[in-house]
Amino acid sequence: MTAEPAANVYERQELLTGCQAVALGVALADVDVTAAYPIRPYTEVMDAISKLIADGEMDAEYVIADSEHSQFEIVKHASSLGARAFAGSSGTGWMYGFEALVVTATDRLPVLFLVGNRALDDPGAFGVEHNDALALRDMGWLLCWVTTAQEALEHVIIGYRIAEDRRVMMPMALAMDGAFLTHSQHIVRVPSKEAVRRFLPPYDLGERRLHPDNPISIAPQVNEDWVMELRRQNWEAARRAREVIVQAYHEFNAIFGARYSPPFYFDEFMTDDAEVVLLGMGTVAMPARTAVRRLREKGERVGYINLRWFRPFPTAELRESLRRFRAVGIIDRDFAHGAPDDGGVLLHEVRSCLYPARERPVVVDFITGLGGRDVSIADCLSMFELSRRAASRGEPDEHVTWIGLRE
Amino acid sequence: MPRAEFIQYERIGRVHDVPLEELYTSGHRTCQGCESAMVMRQFVKAAGPRTVVTGSTGCMYVANTSYMTTPWLVPWMHTQLGAGGSSAVGMAAALRALMRKGKIPQEKINVISFCGDLGGGDMGLSAISAALQTDYDLLIILYDNESAANTDIQATGLTTYGAQTTFTPAGRVHRVMHRRWKKNVAGMLAVGHPTCRYVATACATFPPLDFLNKVRKALAIGGPTFIHTFDPCPKGWDYHPRYSHEIGELGVRCGIFPLYEVIEGRVVYTYDARKGRIPVREYLSRQGRFAHLADEDIEHIQRMVDEMWEEWEVPGVAPLRGVLSTDI
Repeated sequence: MTAEPAANVYERQELLTGCQAVALGVALADVDVTAAYPIRPYTEVMDAISKLIADGEMDAEYVIADSEHSQFEIVKHASSLGARAFAGSSGTGWMYGFEALVVTATDRLPVLFLVGNRALDDPGAFGVEHNDALALRDMGWLLCWVTTAQEALEHVIIGYRIAEDRRVMMPMALAMDGAFLTHSQHIVRVPSKEAVRRFLPPYDLGERRLHPDNPISIAPQVNEDWVMELRRQNWEAARRAREVIVQAYHEFNAIFGARYSPPFYFDEFMTDDAEVVLLGMGTVAMPARTAVRRLREKGERVGYINLRWFRPFPTAELRESLRRFRAVGIIDRDFAHGAPDDGGVLLHEVRSCLYPARERPVVVDFITGLGGRDVSIADCLSMFELSRRAASRGEPDEHVTWIGLRE
Repeated sequence: MPRAEFIQYERIGRVHDVPLEELYTSGHRTCQGCESAMVMRQFVKAAGPRTVVTGSTGCMYVANTSYMTTPWLVPWMHTQLGAGGSSAVGMAAALRALMRKGKIPQEKINVISFCGDLGGGDMGLSAISAALQTDYDLLIILYDNESAANTDIQATGLTTYGAQTTFTPAGRVHRVMHRRWKKNVAGMLAVGHPTCRYVATACATFPPLDFLNKVRKALAIGGPTFIHTFDPCPKGWDYHPRYSHEIGELGVRCGIFPLYEVIEGRVVYTYDARKGRIPVREYLSRQGRFAHLADEDIEHIQRMVDEMWEEWEVPGVAPLRGVLSTDI
């Protein structure tokens, strides 16, 4: 990737939280309709969007709804009339609106939602867990995690570009760790409107746009006559999304410089000659990369894989990558009580992805950082140690280990 | 916004002036004698073709819109059971944004959302309330057949006291299983939303043309508006389909379902049941769902209806009974 950004692609730098970066992305994407309902930590994005609207820096209808369910339904129906739409939530609020999330996907409406990952009640906890967003995994959504405010802003634009592609037409959930990214500040290079316009074409729902000039009926009762065929269409769209995602990153790089490298779905850090890697999603990348550097200084052949895209899951790419290692430690910032080996959601996805591979690494699972508990560099070092032991023994001591748990 | 002494709208004066164009036409599978289907047919006839519609889950979704036999000649979309209010807001917000930003041509497009008594009166009440606080032009129609008719007649918060439904069967020990008094949705919404300019109740067939003109008024006055219709249902209310219109009329004349408009806070009775009401027994006794009621049950219902018209500060609309004169 040698592409240099054209002049004036980035117009300024700002110190922004993850939420504020998403808000700027939403403004740059020329979103038409947005709805709000407060819950920490996502809520700061609407604080920022409402101010952009109040200051005239963004032209959109802005509805303060009476619930998450209502805000999701508002933007879903706005999208069906051809308006680019944005909403979001966190934790139990996300779950409150879940019915609307499901139908947004089955209606194939390419809205973009922010999930500020938050633990599910009870008892109350503001901190990050990934179960809220992961609940979407079977529902026909695009789902990706970002780790910096810069990525957050860019993935609003990349997200609409992919979601609205005629080959895809799926809603897009942009997930970011509560507090660790939603509320931490980064220096962000803000692209110009002109550059965004070049990358992101106007939203065109085509023959499915609801308007008196196009008097269609959307989502009539179909029963067993047609549901299977419709599920199949959704399935095919999710498969096609894989190529559209790759294409979108190439186009993004062509305009904005070499921001992302293949395979795009995930980033690899110091994996070239690695024997043992950790694989996680979200901001745990930071302590994990620092742990990698420290171990590398001691000569240990370790690396880190930051999984960005969870849906569609990068099956072929990840299978190809992971087969190079002797052991892979999965960092699950989530839970799946009673699942096989009592592991987390990510464990099952990765193990399932690896199963058909002839050569595959030992896979161990770590459940950690729940409820927003910090995952320290020391925690990452112990996860590497356990993964290294699994590599040398050829099998894990335990399939699942809880890291950072008070005994 | 200036007060509307009179709403400027295209009034339908005579039956012969009713538009001939059908925008809700063949293809639906509603029951014989279905008055909710009359509501559908009439609201869209009154609104005309430059209209977008959403329909909440309910019998007017499941029975109305089967794939490839849709009866809707206007653009229509399903919405979730509790999303009658939010779907209307979403459509109105999109139209406003897209027209303001020059992405679609500027024109008046009616936004209408309908929901049943279960969806609108129970689950979706909060979303309707929120919709009535906006400044969008939209109309929400609650078609009330007093049950979850799509799921085989279960009681809702709007079912008449005492009615048998599949959730409230008469039994050997408990004769009356449905002991909730019908929720006063239109009154509640009118009283609770002081900036909402138009709230009305209606019966699709009685008085003739009344509902058509209420739809026209709601769409003409501007802002968010609400109409609650009273829809006899042969299947759920247990009577022969040929009597649907008659039972609607009896319900209005006995005063159990008041007909009124609240225009910018002022009440207009479109059927004045303050005087000359017929006994509720004449309405109740025509329906199988009340066949198990004893005289004392019917007397209770009569007493509640009489109170509604004789003791409420705003008869039939708001159940306040004046102000206590001293501290208590």
